[in-house]
Amino acid sequence: MSLEIVKDILIKYWPMFLRGAGITLFLAVVGTTVGFIIGLAIGVIRTIPLPEIGPKRVFLKIVNGILAAYIEFFRGTPMMVQAMFFFYGVAGVFGVQLNKLFAGTFIISINTGAYMAEIVRGGIVSVDPGQYEAAEALGMNHYQTMINVMLPQVIRNILPATGNEFVVNIKDSSVLNVISVTELFFQTRSVSGSTFRFAEAYFITCMIYFVMTFTVTKILRSIEGKMDGPKNYNIIGNQMQVERPEDLVRKQDDHWHGN
Amino acid sequence: MERIIEIKHLNKSFGDNEVLKDINFHVNKGEVVSIIGSSGSGKSTLLRCINLLEKPNGGEILYKGKNILDSDHDVYAYRAKLGMVFQQFNLFNNHNALSNCTVSQIKVLKRSKGEAETIAMKYLRTVGMEQYINARPRQLSGGQKQRVAIARALSMEPDVMLFDEPTSALDPEMVGEVLAVMKDLANTGLTMLVVTHEMEFARDVSDRVVFMDKGVIAEEGTPEQIFNNPKEERTKEFLRRILS
Repeated sequence: MSLEIVKDILIKYWPMFLRGAGITLFLAVVGTTVGFIIGLAIGVIRTIPLPEIGPKRVFLKIVNGILAAYIEFFRGTPMMVQAMFFFYGVAGVFGVQLNKLFAGTFIISINTGAYMAEIVRGGIVSVDPGQYEAAEALGMNHYQTMINVMLPQVIRNILPATGNEFVVNIKDSSVLNVISVTELFFQTRSVSGSTFRFAEAYFITCMIYFVMTFTVTKILRSIEGKMDGPKNYNIIGNQMQVERPEDLVRKQDDHWHGN
Repeated sequence: MERIIEIKHLNKSFGDNEVLKDINFHVNKGEVVSIIGSSGSGKSTLLRCINLLEKPNGGEILYKGKNILDSDHDVYAYRAKLGMVFQQFNLFNNHNALSNCTVSQIKVLKRSKGEAETIAMKYLRTVGMEQYINARPRQLSGGQKQRVAIARALSMEPDVMLFDEPTSALDPEMVGEVLAVMKDLANTGLTMLVVTHEMEFARDVSDRVVFMDKGVIAEEGTPEQIFNNPKEERTKEFLRRILS
C-alpha cells in the first residue's frame, strides 16, 4: 500500500467517497432518530398501567403482545437478511419496485427501534419509582407524567446507549449494500473494482468511518454534559434583609482587624 | 362540621397479608389529624389508599360525600385536590425548585406559566425557599428538598394535605425546619393528615390523634386523651416504648 496511490484515488474518486459517506450518514442519522422515537413511543405504551378488568385491559394486552413480537423478531434476525427479505420479497410478492434508499432507511429504522425499545425500558426502570408516584399524586395522567417527568430523565440515562446505537448504525449500514444502497461501503467496492487497489481504497474508507463515528461520539458526550444542567445555582436576592451567617463572620473579622 | 374525607370499611391486602382491616375514619375541614403507630401498622398504606397510590380491596372512600372508588370517578382531578408529601421527597430531578412547583399547575390545572410562577413563589416563600428557585433537587439538602416538596403540593392549592412521614428520611438537625413549616401551615387552617413518628408534633399541633396497630385503628381522640389518658393497653405500650 502506498500513500501516493491513496492520494491519487482520493483526487480521482473523492466525489464517490463523499456521496457514499453522505448516504451512510443519512442512513445512520435517520435510522437512529426514527428508531429512538419508536423506542420512546413503545416505552410509553408498555408502561401504561393495566386496568384490572374491562376491554381496555384486553386491548392493551394485545398491543403489548404485538410490540413484544416486533422487538423479538427484529432483534433476533440479521439486518442483512431483513433487508433482502423486505426489498426482494415484497417486490416479488406484490410486484412493486421499492426505492432502494427508502427500503434501506426503513429497515435500519425499525431495526434500531427494536433495540431502542429495550434500551428505553431499561432507562424507565432505572428512574426512581417515586418520581412517577409524585407526578401521579399531583394529578398528572400517564402521558403528562411520561412527557414532563419520566422521559427527560430516561433520555438522559439512555444517551450513552443511544450513542452506541448511532455508532453501530454508521458501521452496520454497510450491510445494506446487499440491496444496492449506494452507501460508503458500496461505493468503495466500486472504486476498488475499477482501480484494483483494494488496500488503498479500503484504507480511505476505514478513515472516513472512523472520523464519522468519533465525531458522533464527541457530539453526544457534549450533549450529555448540557443535559446535566449547570453545576451551580445562584441564590436569588435575600429579600428578608437578614444577614447571612457568613456576612456576620466577615463583619466581625473586619472589626478585629480594624479595617 | 364538614367532612372532607370519610373512610368506610376500608380493606387492603398485599397478597395474603392484610394490611388494613375494616378502617373507619374521617377528616373534617380545617382539622389537623396525626396518625401514629409502629412501623408496619398500616399508617402509610392508609394514606396511600386515600389518594389511590394503592388500590383498596374493599370499602368506600368518600370525598365531599362522593365515593372516589366508583369507576366513573375522575381519579386525576381528585388527586389534584390532595397534596401529598413523601418521606423520600420525590422532587422531580429534571426540574429546578421553581418548575417543580409549576409543572403540575400548568399541565393539570391549565394555569398560565406566569400565574403558576406567581403562585409557586408565594408558597416557596411560605416554606422559606424562595432564594433557591434555580437549584436542582440534587443541589439541595434533605430539609430544603422537603420544604420545596411541601411548596409543590401547596401550589396546587389542595383541599387536604397528606404527609407521609415527612421527617423520617431527614438528618436530625433538619427535622426542625420541616416541622416548623408544618406548624405554620397547621395554624393557617389548612386541613392536614399527617403520618408521623414525631410525638411532640402530634401532641402539640394536631386536633386529633389516631393510633394504628396491626392494620386497625386501635384508638383515636384528642392529643390530650391519647397522650395523657390512653384507654387501650396497646396505646399505652406504644407510648411507653416511644416516649422513653
